[in-house]
Amino acid sequence: MKLKYLRNGQTLALDAGTCVGCGACVDVCPHAVFEVDGGKARIVGRDYCMECGACARNCPVGALSVKVGVGCAAAIIIGKLRGTAPTCGEGGCCGESERSSCC
Amino acid sequence: MSALLSRKPDPALTRQAGFLMLDELKKPWVEKFMVFKGRTIPVVAARLSSADRRGSLKARWGWGRMRYAVLPGLYALGAPGEASPVFVSANYKMSFDALRSSLVGIDAWILVLDTKGINVWCAAGKGTFGTKELLGRVASTKLAAVVGHRTLILPQLGAPGVSAPEIARLSGFRVEWGPVRAADIKAWLAAGRRKDEPTRSVTFGLRDRMAVAPVEIVHSWPILPAALALAALYGLPAGGAWLARSLPAAILLLGIVPAGTILFPALLPWLPSRAFVVKGALLGGLWAFACGAVFKMPALETLAGFFLAAPAAGFLAMNFTGASTYTCQPGALLEVERSFWPMIASLAAGLALAIGARAFGI
Ligand code: SF4
Ligand code: SF4
Repeated sequence: MKLKYLRNGQTLALDAGTCVGCGACVDVCPHAVFEVDGGKARIVGRDYCMECGACARNCPVGALSVKVGVGCAAAIIIGKLRGTAPTCGEGGCCGESERSSCC
Repeated sequence: MSALLSRKPDPALTRQAGFLMLDELKKPWVEKFMVFKGRTIPVVAARLSSADRRGSLKARWGWGRMRYAVLPGLYALGAPGEASPVFVSANYKMSFDALRSSLVGIDAWILVLDTKGINVWCAAGKGTFGTKELLGRVASTKLAAVVGHRTLILPQLGAPGVSAPEIARLSGFRVEWGPVRAADIKAWLAAGRRKDEPTRSVTFGLRDRMAVAPVEIVHSWPILPAALALAALYGLPAGGAWLARSLPAAILLLGIVPAGTILFPALLPWLPSRAFVVKGALLGGLWAFACGAVFKMPALETLAGFFLAAPAAGFLAMNFTGASTYTCQPGALLEVERSFWPMIASLAAGLALAIGARAFGI
């Protein structure tokens, strides 16, 4: 089952003019947000984008941008308490599972 | 040789005694050492031992997790040679275990990055499983002199931290993104290193959700003393009826923990609302009403339980955002900001109602 969260993918932007259709974004995105069609990438699943930044970091021509952040309430709360950006706590969620996205 | 290791770089010592001088390599998973092109390289076992499995279980419960690390560097699996593939891993023991146990029967090199004992995806988000660390580790292990080819196989979930174009430009190694799950590696190799959508996608199935539950249970411990203290106070004055009043209250309040950490992840896809806090609050609230019905609590008491259990379970559920695989930051921020005052207000109302229920002897 594909799950949707709140405000997914709002900061993800693709500059189709720059895109060379290499497919790297398709290869690294864990939520199948992209498709390459006719030599250009297309956003087909914005609602599933968790803003992890994998695609933007691996686009060879810089056609993608996204504001990266952890979708972790605990990190946001710690950040608010300390007056900093969202921060993962030591001994927090990190590490418990290969599958966890946190931190 | 010292370049293989990040610590104790005494060349004379290590040359004489191999890695056996290094306590970090006196590990059950290091089977032996092989000499390759004049270098001594630790060979790891592909099959997990019972000690490995015990360690994973402990780590799941958050026990000694931070010390659960593998020494970064280059390892051999089976009997690799110049042309053998290089798999890159994090130095979190469970990541390393998942990789090597998926490679049974394959001769390969494993390059372990220093991710401070944190799993691949988390470390990639933090940047420790990152471009700089990979470049440094390729250089310090002199990997280019070990293998003849120029391909590194990385777990796909390392991509938020590693830029393949930069690795190619700065080291000459081409990054190939393997499957999300180590368990899919053999099928991926057999399929000519091509991934279909399921192999590329993270899921959050029942198994994945329950795997993160233990740590959330451990983290919810502060609720236990608070719940017991509240229930004990609620039963006052001491006397014959104390237990009859305190026990149902204690069960209601303690039940918040399994509601928010076990029921919630189990039922997550079917609970209404996309906000974790709402899903959790719903479970907490239902639990309070269930207790009210079973213990035939007066209405005021049930309502007090509802106003306490709903925000508490909602809060526990909200903490699952960090362990989930599909939440983004703007959404989590929305949850935190929108739910903070309602949660405080609800707790205050719950306490007031509980005091009222006792004061007026209902
Ligand atoms: S990685 Fe960049 S260039 Fe390649 S297909 Fe995606 S957007 Fe286009
Ligand atoms: S930020 Fe992550 S989830 Fe979103 S499109 Fe890029 S790779 Fe996919």
